[in-house]
Amino acid sequence: MKILVCISHVPDTTARIAFTDNNTAFDKTGVQYIIGPYEDFALARAVELKEECGAAVTVLCVGGAETEATIRKALAIGADDAVRIDSEPTSASSVATQIAHYVKESNFDLILMGRESTDYNGGVVHTMVGGLLGLPAITPVMTLEIEGSLARISREIDGGREFMEVQMPFVAGCQEPIAEWKIPNMRGIMTARTKPLVVKERVETDSGVNTVSYSLPEKKSGVKLVDEDNMDELAALLKNEAKVL
Amino acid sequence: MRPKYYNHKPMSIIVYIENSEGQVRKASAEAVAYARSIEEDVHVLAIGQEWDEGALASMGRYGAGTVWRYAGTDKNKNDSGFIAASLKDIGGRTGSKLFIMAQTVQGCQVGALLAVGLDGSLATNVAGLPDQTNGFMVNRSIFSGKAFESVSLSKENKILVVRKNTVQAVEKEGEAKVQDYNPEGYSDQEKVKVTGTEMAEGDVLLSEAEIVVSGGRGLKGPENWGMVEELAKTLKAATGCSKPVSDMGWRPHHEHVGQTGIKVAPQLYIAIGISGAIQHLAGVNSSKCIVVINKDPEAPFFREADYGVVGDAFEVVPKLNEALKKVI
Repeated sequence: MKILVCISHVPDTTARIAFTDNNTAFDKTGVQYIIGPYEDFALARAVELKEECGAAVTVLCVGGAETEATIRKALAIGADDAVRIDSEPTSASSVATQIAHYVKESNFDLILMGRESTDYNGGVVHTMVGGLLGLPAITPVMTLEIEGSLARISREIDGGREFMEVQMPFVAGCQEPIAEWKIPNMRGIMTARTKPLVVKERVETDSGVNTVSYSLPEKKSGVKLVDEDNMDELAALLKNEAKVL
Repeated sequence: MRPKYYNHKPMSIIVYIENSEGQVRKASAEAVAYARSIEEDVHVLAIGQEWDEGALASMGRYGAGTVWRYAGTDKNKNDSGFIAASLKDIGGRTGSKLFIMAQTVQGCQVGALLAVGLDGSLATNVAGLPDQTNGFMVNRSIFSGKAFESVSLSKENKILVVRKNTVQAVEKEGEAKVQDYNPEGYSDQEKVKVTGTEMAEGDVLLSEAEIVVSGGRGLKGPENWGMVEELAKTLKAATGCSKPVSDMGWRPHHEHVGQTGIKVAPQLYIAIGISGAIQHLAGVNSSKCIVVINKDPEAPFFREADYGVVGDAFEVVPKLNEALKKVI
């Protein structure tokens, strides 16, 4: 079985969010980059499946050369080889087009991603890849078990869970508790250095979506503290000032 | 190239709406109101046998002129591919180039497949009305609510997946014309078989709730959630929790509010014994009003709160509950 795990290279979830160049670019100064937290779940499940049913795991990232340290981390966690498609991930549609093009020429049984990237929060790359390839796309997947060419899945729906059986190949957007995050061990880090990482040219595409500028939300005006013995006042404030009751 | 005035010609918009037990979901009602803020001619697609007849006609109160109804099968209403194909079909019949839906799991999937099917420009997490003075620009929420991105959509067909609370679904006078829709040319997805569902307990859906009461590690153990539930009952609120609480199994995973859990955007969010880690804030920062109860005055959550109480939750929460009972 061949599994493709598509990862994003995103700022650490505690990173300071700021913009430069007249608010047209993300300020990368001092920002640490990580594997997207949702893709980390997908990767962890893929590495478990390697042990459970002898799968080969390829990791893919759409991005510039600066993403290679993040890709090497995915190899250290247990992916066998890696592909970087040399293209700026400017929109969900452009990323999906790059991934779908690669999958078409390589054939995978299972394509795992996160439910969304934690930077641009599009949450649609998995479904667009499914749409482009004519494959089912299931999201957000919470459990995934493989039996032959069939996958048993549970996914989150509003207010509960849905259980389904899906014929491979298909695309899944993953979230917890599909697997526990894995921390690379020393052996993984050593072997990751020599695992193959292939760089592919991008395919031309126009997603019809272009970033014009960025902005930050207005700051909260500051907390109004209410004495712990005066809950009647808090109730009155919520009713009459905030008008949220 | 079309002449420039083409952009100003009135056009129609198609909105996909979802229901909860036959009634329109709040996020979908907001999507209709959002569409009506852009153009007058608003069409709505409703799929499912459980839709209430009156609820469909009353979509006119949010600004819909025509409702296209298709009862279909349970499979149809859960099949994003079918819904996207239907929207494309109705778009062909009405000449609509703009499609709108609420930011839900299904809304995102339908939007994605429609964008592929129509080769359109797609924006999800949309957090404001479009600016059409020079092209077509919308603001979308990024970095889990910590910033906004203004994007320009250039393709002829445009799909907007709109975040909750972007516009208010104010009801006005009006009744929509409800007509039957007969979908054509779609074959069922055979590779996916739904084998069951399991719904969470509790009366109020966390993602839909107007008020959410959440507890964190400060509550010391699952046996202390009684007062959280009491407060939620008084407020008709949903209950949530922080990640450590669901990781330790004190509360079920589906109550986890935060970056990797459920993102909520209620009118009122009450956080009890939650310090306010950045990952938790990412799940709640779209709330209209935040109340923080914590005994540590240095808890970072106070910086993001509208109202704060520094004190022992075990004393404060029951008192707040009694005080709220008097004013509700």
